[in-house]
Amino acid sequence: MEPLLCFPDPPPPSVVGVLERAGYPWKAVNRPEAAETEEPEDGWAGAVIASGDDPAGAFLLCRQLRKRDVPLAPVIVVVQSDQLTELELREDLFDDLCLEPVNADELTTRLAHLFWRTGRGLRPDLLEHGPLVLNLETYQAAVSGRVLDLTYMEYELLRFLAARPGKVFTRETLLSRVWGYEYYGGARTVDVHVRRLRAKLGEEHAHLIQTVRSVGYRFGQTSWAP
Amino acid sequence: MRSQEEYVLRTVEERGIRFVQLWFTDVLGTPKTFSITPAELENALDEGMTFDGSAIDGFSRVQESDVLARPDAKTFQVLPWHRHGDESGDAPVARVFCDIFNLDGSPFQGCPRHVLRRTLERAREGGFTFFAAPEMEYFYFADADPSTTPRGIDRGSYFELTVADRASDIRQQTVLTLEEMGIPVEHAQHEDAPSQHEIDLRYTDALTMADTVMTVRLVVKEMARQQGVHASFMPKPLAGVQGSGMHTHLSLFRGDTNAFVDPERPHGLSEVAEGFIAGLLRHAGEITAVTNQWVNSYKRLVSGYEAPIHMSWARNNRSALVRVPVVKRGKSDSTRIEYRAPDSACNPYLAFAVILAAGLRGIEEGYELPPEADANLFTLTSDELIAKGIAHLPGSLNEAVVMMENSTLLADTLGEHVFEWFIRNKRAEWAEYKAQVSQFELDRYLPLL
Repeated sequence: MEPLLCFPDPPPPSVVGVLERAGYPWKAVNRPEAAETEEPEDGWAGAVIASGDDPAGAFLLCRQLRKRDVPLAPVIVVVQSDQLTELELREDLFDDLCLEPVNADELTTRLAHLFWRTGRGLRPDLLEHGPLVLNLETYQAAVSGRVLDLTYMEYELLRFLAARPGKVFTRETLLSRVWGYEYYGGARTVDVHVRRLRAKLGEEHAHLIQTVRSVGYRFGQTSWAP
Repeated sequence: MRSQEEYVLRTVEERGIRFVQLWFTDVLGTPKTFSITPAELENALDEGMTFDGSAIDGFSRVQESDVLARPDAKTFQVLPWHRHGDESGDAPVARVFCDIFNLDGSPFQGCPRHVLRRTLERAREGGFTFFAAPEMEYFYFADADPSTTPRGIDRGSYFELTVADRASDIRQQTVLTLEEMGIPVEHAQHEDAPSQHEIDLRYTDALTMADTVMTVRLVVKEMARQQGVHASFMPKPLAGVQGSGMHTHLSLFRGDTNAFVDPERPHGLSEVAEGFIAGLLRHAGEITAVTNQWVNSYKRLVSGYEAPIHMSWARNNRSALVRVPVVKRGKSDSTRIEYRAPDSACNPYLAFAVILAAGLRGIEEGYELPPEADANLFTLTSDELIAKGIAHLPGSLNEAVVMMENSTLLADTLGEHVFEWFIRNKRAEWAEYKAQVSQFELDRYLPLL
């Protein structure tokens, strides 16, 4: 996930606490221009703007973000209760708001809800590849509508591969990223699990996980046309 | 809560699982289970479930009978034959294998999974991972009525392709169910004897494989039951035809490298492989009580039915106890050895543990590999065998138990609790058997004497 844009720098400690605990990456700026210069290549994931002592600067930043060709969303503003009137006729500048002092649970919930609505959550809910669908929220996997009964490690391996289609992974990489190494079987474990997964996917879909000879495994077709 | 446990809880909720079966195994390899509801599952995963172990063969002594079953979350699996609930009114059911602990949290000595785990740990200290791939043979019979000779349900033979063969249909259904459970089958075929079938499993690490053997035995029986027939892993259910073995392919890996391979040496077999084979051969007598644990097991280990009876090894000689299959060129990673004594009615945890222990002992002590058996051993006389220095496997459960009793290797590997209980149990089985008067004796002696 790309970082969230935060204002001002440093953001209120209560906001930082929520972002850190929920695992959102973030980056704070103090001047509206910095929102452009500091922007990551794939764009901000969203913005948390605290009006604090500089409501004018805060709303200027909001306007700038919303007047882009592709308006940034979601934007959540954190305001003091006596600043609520400032929001009048600025409804288009933000998606949600939160009052100072910040209630951590409330801000967490609002962020989660916003990201769910915009489909850009920390963890996308669904991972789809052709006939295969993984619901990352409920840990369920289905192929052509048929639910797969996976063990935990089979699920984790499938999730790892399906999230990175076309990419080739060595057994060592898979072992260190999916198992974290502390496993009996060594790299052969990966082969065993791939076979188990293929068996469960069924003959028709077993090719979703391809063996790349003397390298490792790849999920789906390579992204390069031959 | 660790993500593994969370995965299990979430799956139970999402799939509407109504019961979770906690699976474990007694000392003789009999599957045991009790069911809990999803409400109890979280607690079971956290703390384990207490139960009275004194009712389980080879578990507790009566005065300390309570033990704890702790689910191994990574073995959680929905049971496919319980799944299509709505039609049959059956509730979706899942299973999870358990390790057994004492109430103070220490591993329970009588738990076969611990015995294997401990032995695997020893292999790991030497840098080895142990892989196993068994070939499981069994029969389909019309029923389980012991008062008559078992009746098979087909008349096919080895590799036979038959038309509208009921047994083959059941076997096919079994393989599909196993695959659905993530148990890849290398191949399945009709075996030599009428109604005898074989399912060959793809290798996995030995602990997973022991769990898998338990699962396969259950699935085979369950699929047969659904078709109104009886599947049996009895080692020798019918006189005059082959028994059911569990030839097991074994290999040791060091990281990514097959430790049995050394292209510089004769036959491409490393010193590790030679030590392992030598260990197996030297200790074969001691471990047989475990790999072939029933009175009936020794009716299979007789001359004339392709079962091993001599402690020998060979590359392509199926009369040998240890066979080293010839590997296709460029496939040196599949170098392995095949141990042909075990039958499919053994306790797979204990069997894999003692096999591994014997092999490791051979490697550690640098046992020398005896020469390869060149002739078909079944055709040699006992004098010729003695001249070649080839000993034979125990001929009865009694002989096997005597050899086991004198084995420190077995006492160390199984642990005192299992070792003692096992010997006591097998002595009792032998004593009961000895007191029987068989049909053979009546047929032969009654008219004559």
